[in-house]
Amino acid sequence: MATATTKRWKTKYGYLYVQDDECKGCGFCIEFCPKEVLEEADRFNAKGYYPPRLKDPEACVNCTFCELICPDFAIWSEKVEDAKTAESGETDG
Amino acid sequence: MLTKAKPAPPPEVLDNVSHPMERYLRADRLPHIWCSGCGLGTVLSCFTYALDELGLGETDVGIVSGIGCTGRAAGYLNLDSYHTTHGRAIAFATGLAVAQPDKKVVVISGDGDLFAIGGNHFIHAARRNVDMTVVCVNNFNYGMTGGQFGPTTPIGSRGTTAPYGNYENPFNLPYLAASSGAVYVARWTSLHARRLKEAMIEAITTPGFTFVEVVCPCPTNYGRRNRIGEGLDELKYYAERSVIRHGADPSEGDLLPGMDVLIGRFVHKERPTFLQAYEQQILDKQQFAKPPGMGKGPHRTSGATSTDRRASS
Amino acid sequence: MAERILTGTHFLNGDEACAEGAVAAGCDLFAGYPITPQSEIAERIARRLPQVGGVFIQMEDEISSMAATLGGAWGGKKAMTATSGPGFSLMMENLGLGMMTETPCVVVNIQRGGPSTGLPTLVAQGDMMQARWGSHGDYGVVALAPSSPQESFEMTVRAFNLAERLRMPILVMSDEVVGHMFERVVIDPDRIEIVERKAPNKPPGEFLLYEPGEDLVPQGMPTFGDGHRVHVTGLTHDERGYPVINAEVQAELVPRLRKKIEVAADLVTDFEETDIDDAEVVIVTYGISARTSLGALRLAQQKGLKVGMLRLKTVWPFPEQKIRDLADRVAGFVVPELNLGQIVLEVERTACGKAAVRSVPHAGGAIHNPDTIVSAIEEVFAHAH
Repeated sequence: MATATTKRWKTKYGYLYVQDDECKGCGFCIEFCPKEVLEEADRFNAKGYYPPRLKDPEACVNCTFCELICPDFAIWSEKVEDAKTAESGETDG
Repeated sequence: MLTKAKPAPPPEVLDNVSHPMERYLRADRLPHIWCSGCGLGTVLSCFTYALDELGLGETDVGIVSGIGCTGRAAGYLNLDSYHTTHGRAIAFATGLAVAQPDKKVVVISGDGDLFAIGGNHFIHAARRNVDMTVVCVNNFNYGMTGGQFGPTTPIGSRGTTAPYGNYENPFNLPYLAASSGAVYVARWTSLHARRLKEAMIEAITTPGFTFVEVVCPCPTNYGRRNRIGEGLDELKYYAERSVIRHGADPSEGDLLPGMDVLIGRFVHKERPTFLQAYEQQILDKQQFAKPPGMGKGPHRTSGATSTDRRASS
Repeated sequence: MAERILTGTHFLNGDEACAEGAVAAGCDLFAGYPITPQSEIAERIARRLPQVGGVFIQMEDEISSMAATLGGAWGGKKAMTATSGPGFSLMMENLGLGMMTETPCVVVNIQRGGPSTGLPTLVAQGDMMQARWGSHGDYGVVALAPSSPQESFEMTVRAFNLAERLRMPILVMSDEVVGHMFERVVIDPDRIEIVERKAPNKPPGEFLLYEPGEDLVPQGMPTFGDGHRVHVTGLTHDERGYPVINAEVQAELVPRLRKKIEVAADLVTDFEETDIDDAEVVIVTYGISARTSLGALRLAQQKGLKVGMLRLKTVWPFPEQKIRDLADRVAGFVVPELNLGQIVLEVERTACGKAAVRSVPHAGGAIHNPDTIVSAIEEVFAHAH
């Protein structure tokens, strides 16, 4: 919620937001992201859960599935009209 | 998926950022009481997005809930919300809906609350086609009180009051709703978040008694006692078995253990609502004036006759 | 549109008069279920409410009737339900919800013989203690007891007014004889006071649903959709209405539910005294038993006995102070009721041994024979002298 600290990643088409301390570690977002762009963070939050973090900003298309399915309003995405791509070095493959 | 991706750049850290749906939530009541892995938060989330997409303001909708984990949903929504007695949400909602006919009333409650103690009120409100939407979160047990079995528990499943396994035949909720007269009947799981949100939108905008069943995990009680695992495992369990068949005959929607979970939109039709019937058959015929609020509202269609709008896709 | 106030002189029974009282008071939602001897209320109001822009719903049972009444009240309506004993029992849980959520509405019980299915068509007054204590937990009750169709009309209007003033369900405890007796009912608009619903004292965002005023009553009743976005719950709650589950908040909320009635004693207390001033024995009674008692009173007075009568028009809250005062100077009380002794317990409790208290019980099914009341009066006199 507005009082929580929010992490914001730049994605190809916008941003992804995560409020670590809201997360209850259900794993839905990580598991069901259609592009598999999320993974568990290294550190757990105040409640002892491992919140998600964006591991692959290039691949995130701001489909908002994580946002919709998150039971705790801890993750959401924002599409921006003329978002620049994330700082991308070379990609392999 | 990239196999040798560079590590993602670190995120910015911001303060004072609100969730996009915060205006529909009583943020000072969050985090909610629901367990990690519970499907209820998803239902709440989808509901806020549905309201948002419909452009419904915070004074256009009222929420009525009963007792149980699902019943707590009312307390988290920043709308006129009424957390009533066990099983009686629909009855309370009938009074509320009739008093304010141009507003939308949504009942959010659980399988036990709506169909055990509340069963009678459900079938009558459906029969009357009172204008309301009922979202039933079906997690196959009485979660809040510790995992007793209920009227939707599959045969063979365990509950604290069914230590040897449930032997009672459960309700097929879409079938019950359809045969009682509901004009919109759908079932989804909480994994089918987008379709659930769409179903909520359809249910809210269809005049009359509309019903959405959401199959949800209850990892702390039902899932655990039936060895289905954590919330994620339970969600996958239902999702893997889900078969979407819009327009299917709801009588085929029995949930047998280990078998298909039939989901989709089963009924979508029109018939005069309770107040439309009152208006047409009493007020108009007797030439009595209409109570305030009647006959208005964006989703009203007066002069509705019975038509079957069951979509097949 | 037809008239809400049926001005004129009518020949109505108590049920019909009650329905007219409701309509006159502004009732615009009735949710009920048929039960003898209340059905005439529902039948008349089913005909009248559509005429005046109200809605009548026959619900599937009394449980849902009470629930829909509460829902209608939160939806902005002056809502009422009516029933008899078996339905009253079913309504108890939601009556408690109405008390806890401080919902204005009216609940009418046309009492009949009990317990259980009992005597569906015959009179009793056996639900009086249930009226006070029927739902679980601590709360206060206001219960009015009409003794005639005229009073059925007037007290129903009063019940609606009290509901708005105290923001709670108000009970009208009538009985089958009052409900079914036909008498003259004079409806005079100049003698009808109607209290309208109080709007919230602060705008949305500032208004607190359960913040009491000086009268210990929440300061206004919002309506669904008016912008206040209330949260109403039967759970113990704070002034915002949010559930808080601890003893401290319980101590803040629950005693106030009773106290708000206590501080409104002047408004709520209502009784009629007949020949009290120099009475040595006082009949304490209510409802139809008061009509019988009046006959017994005259018979006893003809025998030269100094008897008076205190007719309770508001039975709950019980007029403790009045009984205490009388107990100081009278020899005894005689309490005829169509039950095996319910309100007599309150008389005993408040008289505190300072005066004799003689119950005149009756299991129900008929009204007292006045001679039994006279005998009881004579017994009290005999004992005293």
